[in-house]
Amino acid sequence: MLVFLTKRLAFMVITMIVVSALLFVLLEIDVDGVATKVLGPYSSAEQRELWLERNGYRDPLGERYLRWLANAARGDFGDSIRFKTPVGEVLWPRLWNTAILGFWVFAVMIPLSLVLGVLAGMREGSLLDRSISITGIVTTSVPEFASAVFLSAIFVFWLKLFPGTSSMSDGFSFRELALPVMVLVLYDFGYVARMTRASMAEVMTTPYIRTAILKGLPYRTVILKHALRNALIAPFTVIMLQVNWLLSGVIVVEFFFAYKGFGALLLEASLNQDIFLIEACAMVAVFVAVATQTIADVGYTYLNPRIRFT
Amino acid sequence: MSDATTRDETIPAGSGALLRALRAIALLRESWIGMIGAALVLFWMVTAILAPVIAPFEPNATLMPFQKPGAVFPGNADVAAGTFLLGTDHIGRDIASRLIWGSRTVLVHAPFATVCAYLVGILMGLAAGYYRGWVDDLLSRLADIILSFPVLVLYVIIIAHFGASAANIVFAIIFASSPGIMRIVRGLVLDLRNRDYVAAAQTRGEPAWWIMVVEILPNARGPLIVDACLRLGYVTITIGVLGFLGLGLPPPDPDWGGMINETRSMALAFPHMVVFPCIAISSLILGFNLLADGLREISLRD
Repeated sequence: MLVFLTKRLAFMVITMIVVSALLFVLLEIDVDGVATKVLGPYSSAEQRELWLERNGYRDPLGERYLRWLANAARGDFGDSIRFKTPVGEVLWPRLWNTAILGFWVFAVMIPLSLVLGVLAGMREGSLLDRSISITGIVTTSVPEFASAVFLSAIFVFWLKLFPGTSSMSDGFSFRELALPVMVLVLYDFGYVARMTRASMAEVMTTPYIRTAILKGLPYRTVILKHALRNALIAPFTVIMLQVNWLLSGVIVVEFFFAYKGFGALLLEASLNQDIFLIEACAMVAVFVAVATQTIADVGYTYLNPRIRFT
Repeated sequence: MSDATTRDETIPAGSGALLRALRAIALLRESWIGMIGAALVLFWMVTAILAPVIAPFEPNATLMPFQKPGAVFPGNADVAAGTFLLGTDHIGRDIASRLIWGSRTVLVHAPFATVCAYLVGILMGLAAGYYRGWVDDLLSRLADIILSFPVLVLYVIIIAHFGASAANIVFAIIFASSPGIMRIVRGLVLDLRNRDYVAAAQTRGEPAWWIMVVEILPNARGPLIVDACLRLGYVTITIGVLGFLGLGLPPPDPDWGGMINETRSMALAFPHMVVFPCIAISSLILGFNLLADGLREISLRD
């Protein structure tokens, strides 16, 4: 176990380092470009030269990268060009908002998709199974921006139930949070439900379930006590990996609903070429993604004693 | 081996491939989900091909702004009279015509990007699975790293940095999706490389690339076709999302995602401007996904 954990953590660190290096090369190899972005397109060549000189940009690329990495590891990503403040001051509140959004998405999506998946997988090929599967395909086929449009048309334009934007300018409000959460859940639950269904259907064909049914246990007991325990191992991994997908989804949803979160920030930073903010956002995104992957792997091996690892 | 494999080796592509495609379509009739998917995809393909014939107006002609669906265009000196079936947008372009021409944009770029990603992914997967060793280690680690990135974050950073153009979008899609394809191909090759016909080819002294492309690849096509269909759906979503975020193909040529982006601030007053492009893109993606599901169902049955 210890060896496995160390290996996973090492992979996590290596991934972060490789990604950071690629990102750094992509965004900062052209030092004059960096100076132009920081000082603006109307800065003079002398100003740019002075700035580059003072901030150590004339040092070799490797040296600059190591210095950047050391600062980044301490949470210092430099100053945002667009917001004129240290990157952390913009980033952390935004990340917190996205965490709230993500929490509610998972709080709705996990019970919904697990229940639907288990119901569908319990009796493979039944009408309920077919309709849940097809609903899943249909909802996953509608991209987030399209379901955001459809749901806004229904709930904002037609029923006038929710506001069309979720900027939370008058403090936190569940009514504003409802639509973004619905859009993300709608796109995502189908996939998790399908995976749960597949896992459940597989467990239902195993001999031990047949034995449990044949020895006359009530069907409820067979499902709740015998089948679920094994059927829910695979969905655990799938759900953890959805965090990675959620980081993509929030970009679209936060942009659409003007929600002040991490995804909207990353998009804004990218569109405005705010390089230091892009670097910070990307590193946070990769960290969250890789960390959840690690948790998913470790959790899976912990939950499933049949897997032995080296 | 079965006679399917011997036929693959002896009969060159052409009549054989055509026959197999026809047989696959005939099989699809057994899955009504697959049929619906095929019908949706076919509908948009026909629309794209016939765009100049069936589009009522020029897609970029500015006629009458803010018209509701069904409004009548009285005609002027340059443009004949007609009906705005789905209304017009904020600068007076006919939405139906833009949707019809936009199907060309998406049905050219999505398959092209997917095919390019497949070429790269297949090459990487063949090399990794056939040679094993350090090639495999290197490519697999690289794939792990790229796949650990949230996809859209990758797209946004790459395209915002290099600028939004068709070439850059295709490049970004290749970069982000070829590792996933590589993993699938690698898995299939690991299984196929131990077959007898590969050993026979090696004994005959055929070069490695020939074995990979001619002996192994055709036998891995089944799962790849299903995956390609799903991936076409994802790529269509990606192109739509990038257009929606303002990182898509440059205007004024019609692009479904871009149409939604341009008019979404008016969505509450004029829902028709955004709802119809959303229906169009969703139906095309649904078509790809249902088709993939139908194909998978059939392949499992065999």
